[in-house]
Amino acid sequence: MATTTTSDGKLLGLWASPYTTRVQLALKLKSIEYELIQENLQNKSELLLQTNPVHKKVPVFIHGDKPICESLIIIQYIDDTWTNGPSILPSDPYDRAMARFWAAYIDDKWFPLLKELGGAQGDEARASIVEKIFEGLVLLEEAFVKCSKGKALFGGDNVGYLDIALGCFLGWIKATEIMTGIKWLDETKTPGLVGWAERISSDSSIKDVLPEAQKLVELYTMSAGLEKGASN
Amino acid sequence: MASEDVKILGGWPSPYVMRPRIALNIKSVNYEFLQEQFGSKSDLLLKSNPVYKKIPVMIHGEKPICESLIIVQYIDEVWDSGHSILPSDPYDRAVAKFWATYIDDKWFPGLRAISRAEGEDAKKEAAEEVIAGLVLLEDAFIKCSKGKSFFGGEKIGYLDIALGCFLASLTVTEKMGNIKLLDENKTPNLFKWAEKFSSDAAVKDVMPETGKLMDFAKVLIAKSKAS
Repeated sequence: MATTTTSDGKLLGLWASPYTTRVQLALKLKSIEYELIQENLQNKSELLLQTNPVHKKVPVFIHGDKPICESLIIIQYIDDTWTNGPSILPSDPYDRAMARFWAAYIDDKWFPLLKELGGAQGDEARASIVEKIFEGLVLLEEAFVKCSKGKALFGGDNVGYLDIALGCFLGWIKATEIMTGIKWLDETKTPGLVGWAERISSDSSIKDVLPEAQKLVELYTMSAGLEKGASN
Repeated sequence: MASEDVKILGGWPSPYVMRPRIALNIKSVNYEFLQEQFGSKSDLLLKSNPVYKKIPVMIHGEKPICESLIIVQYIDEVWDSGHSILPSDPYDRAVAKFWATYIDDKWFPGLRAISRAEGEDAKKEAAEEVIAGLVLLEDAFIKCSKGKSFFGGEKIGYLDIALGCFLASLTVTEKMGNIKLLDENKTPNLFKWAEKFSSDAAVKDVMPETGKLMDFAKVLIAKSKAS
């Protein structure tokens, strides 16, 4: 196991970014020491521009002198490199394919809906997005039932790839619940996910890494206010 | 050895469908190629990919696997015949995955944008973006190939498949738009690689012939204009 008292790597990220949270969750699972460098997206550091010249985005994980970009790719790299700790991806190839499929679905289809909701104009547009978000959650509930195979987490007994891929959004899911008054994780609609969310939020390796919903609400309100102020 | 009850649901023109077919060829795994009818979706497709209803889908025994790059990784993990498709080094794997994602999220949409661009200026701008992307990929090729013929080194690998599947579409776009995208002067390594990739044993029978693909593209364009 890569044991070192100095940090094993640097993580360029943002406390509010669920993609940064994702990588932090994986690092915590593997007990990897790292230095977290908070970026300012309005003023990106030289290091960020140098290590992610293509997208100029966080998170970037720098292991030694090697930069790795894209949160899910970073997690797979961490899993491939630190093999002594608990495995993040399932061992069975089909289970791995399922985990990768649903993680991609979350990133490509589901989470963008939450972001879209923020910019929606008019009741009809909002209602349509809300409906899609709930439909997505029903799909994720089905995925949970299949992947967990009766256990507590997507990864079974232990936190795994899909627990991290979805769990990183719990702060924002709660924050959006607070801001819209809509209960996304509803026991009557998606009981599996509700139980899972409670377990994840109280898991010792997870809870200190997830950003607090209230802080995210404050951040969102402040940046929305700034945008309004700028356009006046 | 894993049971070889493998089906691929797809269509001959689709670059995404080419990907798992190349991977299965590398592993010498026989499969049944079930071609979807263009314009309609079979019950089997709707059942095995209810979320996206898209090709390709691989059905291994009873299990459907969707999303072309996820299918390629699955194939690599199940069969160890032939050669490894993903690099063995974790960092090389991360780099290969990074560029494959870039190709799908940024580069190929840029290529499609050329044929949709209206007016000479828009077409030129779209083409320049694609060429700029190819310059990035040229750089990636130099780093990944480490002096060998393919992104994967001596043999074709993940990134070769991820990019190579678009070569026929690239050629059709060049011919129909009367533009040069893959330029021997700007991206000499990629230029050479394109030919090697296209003639590789695992690729040549599944890469659509340019003329045939161009006819298909013209039918698609005519249909979209009519609707």
